[in-house]
Amino acid sequence: MIYEVSIIAIVVFLIFVGFTLGLSFWLGRKARSSEGYFAAHGQIPWFVNGIAFAGDYLSAASFLGICGMIAFYGYDGFLYSIGFLAGWVVALFVVAEPMKRLGKFTFADALDAKFDSKGIKLAAGISTLAVSVFYLIPQMVGAGVLIQPLLGFPHYVGVLIVGAVVITIVVTAGMVSTTWVQFLKGGLLVIFSAILTVLILSRGFKAGSDFESHDIVKDDPIQKEFQSKGSVLADDGPWKDKVDSSGNKYIRTQDESGEITVWKRDNGQRNHEQAYRQTYLECQLMEKIDGKVFINGLPKGKGEGERTLKPVGHLSKLPDGKEETGPLGLVSFFSTLQESEVVLWAKDDKFVGLKKGDSITIFYPKMAPGSQVLRPGEHPKFKGIRSNKLFDKLNFLSLMLALFCGTASLPHILIRYYTVKDAASARKSTIVGIASIGFFYVLTLYLGLGAMTSGAMDVSSSNMAAPLLAKSIDPTLFAIISAIAFTTVLGTVSGLILASSGAVTHDLAVSVLGMDLDDAAKVKLAKISSVVVGVIAIVLGILFEGMNVGYLVGWAFSVAASANLPALIMLLFWKKTTKQGIIAAVLVGMFSSLAWILLSADTYKSVYGWDPESAIVPFSQPGIVTIPLGFATLVVVSLLTQKNLTEKTVT
Amino acid sequence: MQYNTRLGLILFLIYLLFYCGFVFISAFSPQTMEITPIKGVNLAILYGFGLILAAFVMAMIYGVMCKSDDGETETSSSSDKNDGGDQS
Repeated sequence: MIYEVSIIAIVVFLIFVGFTLGLSFWLGRKARSSEGYFAAHGQIPWFVNGIAFAGDYLSAASFLGICGMIAFYGYDGFLYSIGFLAGWVVALFVVAEPMKRLGKFTFADALDAKFDSKGIKLAAGISTLAVSVFYLIPQMVGAGVLIQPLLGFPHYVGVLIVGAVVITIVVTAGMVSTTWVQFLKGGLLVIFSAILTVLILSRGFKAGSDFESHDIVKDDPIQKEFQSKGSVLADDGPWKDKVDSSGNKYIRTQDESGEITVWKRDNGQRNHEQAYRQTYLECQLMEKIDGKVFINGLPKGKGEGERTLKPVGHLSKLPDGKEETGPLGLVSFFSTLQESEVVLWAKDDKFVGLKKGDSITIFYPKMAPGSQVLRPGEHPKFKGIRSNKLFDKLNFLSLMLALFCGTASLPHILIRYYTVKDAASARKSTIVGIASIGFFYVLTLYLGLGAMTSGAMDVSSSNMAAPLLAKSIDPTLFAIISAIAFTTVLGTVSGLILASSGAVTHDLAVSVLGMDLDDAAKVKLAKISSVVVGVIAIVLGILFEGMNVGYLVGWAFSVAASANLPALIMLLFWKKTTKQGIIAAVLVGMFSSLAWILLSADTYKSVYGWDPESAIVPFSQPGIVTIPLGFATLVVVSLLTQKNLTEKTVT
Repeated sequence: MQYNTRLGLILFLIYLLFYCGFVFISAFSPQTMEITPIKGVNLAILYGFGLILAAFVMAMIYGVMCKSDDGETETSSSSDKNDGGDQS
């Protein structure tokens, strides 16, 4: 049994949320003016702002998504860590200071500082909204994922709770409270991840698993060989022609209690020395029939005659045949794993002839040498690294480019430059941010691999890896980590909603529509738009349940980098940039990257449920096409509109 | 170009090269990432940690080498004025 509602967890969780809300109300009294609401009066100390950067940035994606991806596939999740951090180099070295010099409240302000054009404000406002909403989706999904095991509520309730709490935070206080919430959460996240890492290292590795394997003599009838496991079920219905990825049939046995065990033939090389024997490995079976979920043929649940998925995550072999390693060091952790063998879990849900809405999923173990787990290219999304196809490699390059360029163009990160008093403080807080974020990302590799070998993973949800890892060590730690992760979501979501409401109020209402609003009316409008964006986020969070949140964030980065980066960079470094150029670049970058994502194989498969082969674009990550496209658009349009200007002045 | 801006761009280009090295080795020569040059730890992990550490070290270098007060330069006098306005 993986999830139990725990009292400590609920108490710790309530204390966190209560404290956050209390802080928010208390600070909210100070922030009456729009200046205070959007930019905290420019008076946040740089160190606090630096840790708040970490709080903003280390979203659910970093903590839940990256750890989960590493726990299930190995090194690949760490590629996100590397890319996410490298993006800060762009933010600090290229964008930080000029941004601080130019702007006031929003990204659009900065872009528009030179031109004072409604068009720019409109384009930049829309792109801020688009990026924020895209970035909100994974946060909300993460929230639902967390609530489920913690409080025992279904996914959508979790999303609703987060939505409501966040809207309250943002509406009561704006940037001041958001910043302090981020500070608190950023600090706690880094500290507790470090504690968790120390505990992982002192626990070391253990070999062995609860799952059975069954050796049979190759040429004997299956019925006879599986006698000891109960009766072998006939391959009827959807099982008729069902084979695994190597073309072998699954074997299903049923014992007296009615529990079904699925066995998959092991294709590993472990039994080559005994060529006449064949090993079958125990799998886990999850079926959805008429809206009800069955695990191993019995109803899902914790009562008698019911089953839940068993926790997974084991090492099958340690170096030199050891059973246990004892405490490990920072380096020997990797070198030991490198020489071990890990049991990874994959799923097979390709069944034909099912009723609409029904599904059958087999989770099966796969033996993988440690050296394979610690190299890039094992995750299906990163297969490109090991493929010979050009498009697959481009997909990888494209993602790494988007991560590199994305950070500096995220609206909720950009607004944080305005909360300190001058450029020097912006610089200092960015350095503090890089230090704490970098430290955390180093830890993600330990956390992820620790989770992989913790024996506590939920095979059906990669997003839960980090909290479950904590649970395998200590239930109180699980409560604290879950509460921090939840605050993580709260913090990031409130920052995003704030960025969106700023865009609506300043860029769209005041500048574009020319609404003449006094300070109080501005804050009111901002609060109303916070509620609207919050509701949109709740809906999307419910729709996108089940996607890895790290992957979703990759998309947000692509859209941000394509829409905002070309305009920002060229404005800062190219004198011939015109306002038409900026508008065109923002719009083209945004729409092309959005369209690319909506037409990609990944979206076909995960969102629409269509055949990914029929997708229109050749690979899923847009960055490598749409970022240069944004730059090209800006240059071309700027050059064209320049000509008009000079002609006009000549005549 | 301002001193701080130029310094930032130079550091950015150095880091960009380092990052590109990682990405291109991963994409076009993944087996290189599997070699274990130091104490049984593979290149993928060493290079990855190296990139994170380098970002921090270079950020520190930037922080130390930047002209400490913006008041020294021309453009920022206006920013000081803005900031003053913001706070009042």
